[in-house]
Amino acid sequence: MDAVRDRYPEHFRRLGPQRLPMIAVATAMFALLLFGMERLGFFDGKLLSGMGRLVEIAGLMLPPDPGSWAHARAYGMALIETVAIALLGTLSAAILALPVGLLAARNVTAQRIVRFLARRSLDTIRSVDILIWALIWINVVGLGPFAGALAIMTSDIGSFGKLFSEAIEAADRKPVEGITSTGGGHFMGIRFGILPEVFPVLVSQVLYYFESNTRSATIIGIVGAGGIGLHLAEAIRTLELQQTSFIILMILVTVAAIDLVSSQLRFAMIGRRGGVSG
Amino acid sequence: MAAYDASVRSRRWHTLLIMGCVAAAMLLASISAEVSPVKFLENIHRFPSYIIRLFYLENGQPVWTDIGEWFWGLDRWLRLLWETLLMAYVGTLLGAVAASCLAFLGAANVAPARWIRLVVRRFCELCRTVPELVFALLFVIAFGLGPMAGVLAVAIHTLGALGKLFAEVVENIDMKPVEGVSSTGAAWHVAMRFGALPQVLSNFASYALLRFEINVRGAAVMGFVGAGGIGQDLIEAIRKFYYSDVSAILVMILLTVAIIDSLTSLLRHRLIGLEGKN
Repeated sequence: MDAVRDRYPEHFRRLGPQRLPMIAVATAMFALLLFGMERLGFFDGKLLSGMGRLVEIAGLMLPPDPGSWAHARAYGMALIETVAIALLGTLSAAILALPVGLLAARNVTAQRIVRFLARRSLDTIRSVDILIWALIWINVVGLGPFAGALAIMTSDIGSFGKLFSEAIEAADRKPVEGITSTGGGHFMGIRFGILPEVFPVLVSQVLYYFESNTRSATIIGIVGAGGIGLHLAEAIRTLELQQTSFIILMILVTVAAIDLVSSQLRFAMIGRRGGVSG
Repeated sequence: MAAYDASVRSRRWHTLLIMGCVAAAMLLASISAEVSPVKFLENIHRFPSYIIRLFYLENGQPVWTDIGEWFWGLDRWLRLLWETLLMAYVGTLLGAVAASCLAFLGAANVAPARWIRLVVRRFCELCRTVPELVFALLFVIAFGLGPMAGVLAVAIHTLGALGKLFAEVVENIDMKPVEGVSSTGAAWHVAMRFGALPQVLSNFASYALLRFEINVRGAAVMGFVGAGGIGQDLIEAIRKFYYSDVSAILVMILLTVAIIDSLTSLLRHRLIGLEGKN
C-alpha cells in the first residue's frame, strides 16, 4: 500500500489544487445560507417550537373530514368552478396567443422590430405572477371566478406565446417553400405550410398547461378570484384542519385525474397525427 | 378522386366534432365561472385605464416627472427585495440538498429497495402538487407570520419538484462506475458518493439554478399570505389603491427577476460547457 502511495502521490492527496475553486464556491454558498437563515429568523428559537406545532397540526388534520354534507357539496361545486376557470383560461389564452406567437416567430415575421416588441411584451406578461394578474383583474371585473379565468388567460398568453413561437420556429421550411412555389402567398404558406405541422405540438402544450393551471386555479381563490382557494384559505385561517385536509385531498385527486386525462389525450393526439400525416 | 374527397370529408367531420366538443366544454365552463360578456364589455376599459393609472402619482403627474416621489420607499423596498431573494436562495438550497438525497432513494436503478422508492416518489408528488401558498398558509399558523414560513414553503415545493427531476437524472447515469465501486465491497452510500454523484452533480446544479429563478417569483408573492418578502407591501398597495407604489414595486420585481434570469442562464451555460469538457 505504501509503495502504491509513493508511486501515485496525486491520487492520495486529499485536496488537489484543482478542487480549490469548488471548495471556495461551496464555502461561500454555505456562508450565505447561514447568513440568510440568520436574517430570516431561523435561529430565533421559533424553529423548534414551530416544528412541534407543525406536528400537532398534522395530527389534527387526520382523518380528512368535510364536517357536513353541506360543506362537502359546497367544496364540490367550488372544485368544478376551479376546473372551469382553468379550462376557460387555458383555451382562451391558447386562441389569443396563436397570433402573438406567429408575430414573435422568426420564420413568419420578417420585421425585426415587430418580433422584438412581441417578445418583450410576452416576457413582461410572464414575469408578473398569476396572483398579481388576479388582483388587477379583480379591480376590473370585481371579485369572483371571472377574474380568475381572466388572470389565468393573461398569464398564459405570455407562456403560450413563447412556446408557440418556439414550436413554429422549429417547423420544417420545405412545406412553406412548396406552397410558395405553387404561387401561394405568405398567409397561405403559414396556413397550409406551418400550422398543420405544428398544430399537434401546440395542442399537447395546451393540454400540459391545463393541468398546471388547475393547480394555479386552486390558489387564486386565496386573493378572492373564485374557486376552491377561498374555502381552503378560510378553512386554514379558522383552523378547521380536518376540512383543510379534505379540501387538499380533493385537489390532489382532481389534479391527478386531469393529469391522467391530459396525458392520454396528448399521446392520442401526437400518435394519431404523427402516424398518419407525419 | 372520390376516395380522396371522402377522406377529406371524414377528416373535416372529425375536426368539426372535436371543435364542437371544445366549444361545448368552454360554454359549460363559462357558465360555471360566471362569465358575463356584458360585465366584461362594460368594464374592459378599466383594464387599460388601471394600467395607465399605475403610472401616475397622487398629484396627477406621470411618475417619470418625479422619480424621487415615485420610489419614495426605495430603502424599505430594497430591503424587502433583498429579503425575498434570501428567501428564494435559502429555500432553493435547502430543498435542493434534501432533493438530491432523496433522488438516490427514488431512482429505479439505484434505489436500495422497491418500497423505499415508492414512498419517496409519493412523498415528492405530494410536495409538488400542493401549491406553495397552501404550505405557506399552514406554516404561518405553525411558525407565525414572517419569512420563515415562506422559506419553508418554498423549500418543500422545491423538494417535490427537484426530487422528481433529480431522480430522472440519476436514472439516466452510466451504471458502470457504480458497479465498479460496489465491486470493491463499498457500502451503498459510498457507491453513490463516488460512483453516481460525480456524474449527476452538474445536472443537479443546472436544475437547481432553474428552480431558483422560479422560486424568486414564488417568494415575491409569499407576502400575500403574510409569509415574508416584498409581497406584503405589494398586496397592501394594490388593496389600498396606492397606484404609483404598485408600479414602483412591480418595476423593481420585474427588474430583479430579469437580472436573476440572465445571471442564472449565464451560469447554466457555463455548467453545461463544463459537462461537455469532461
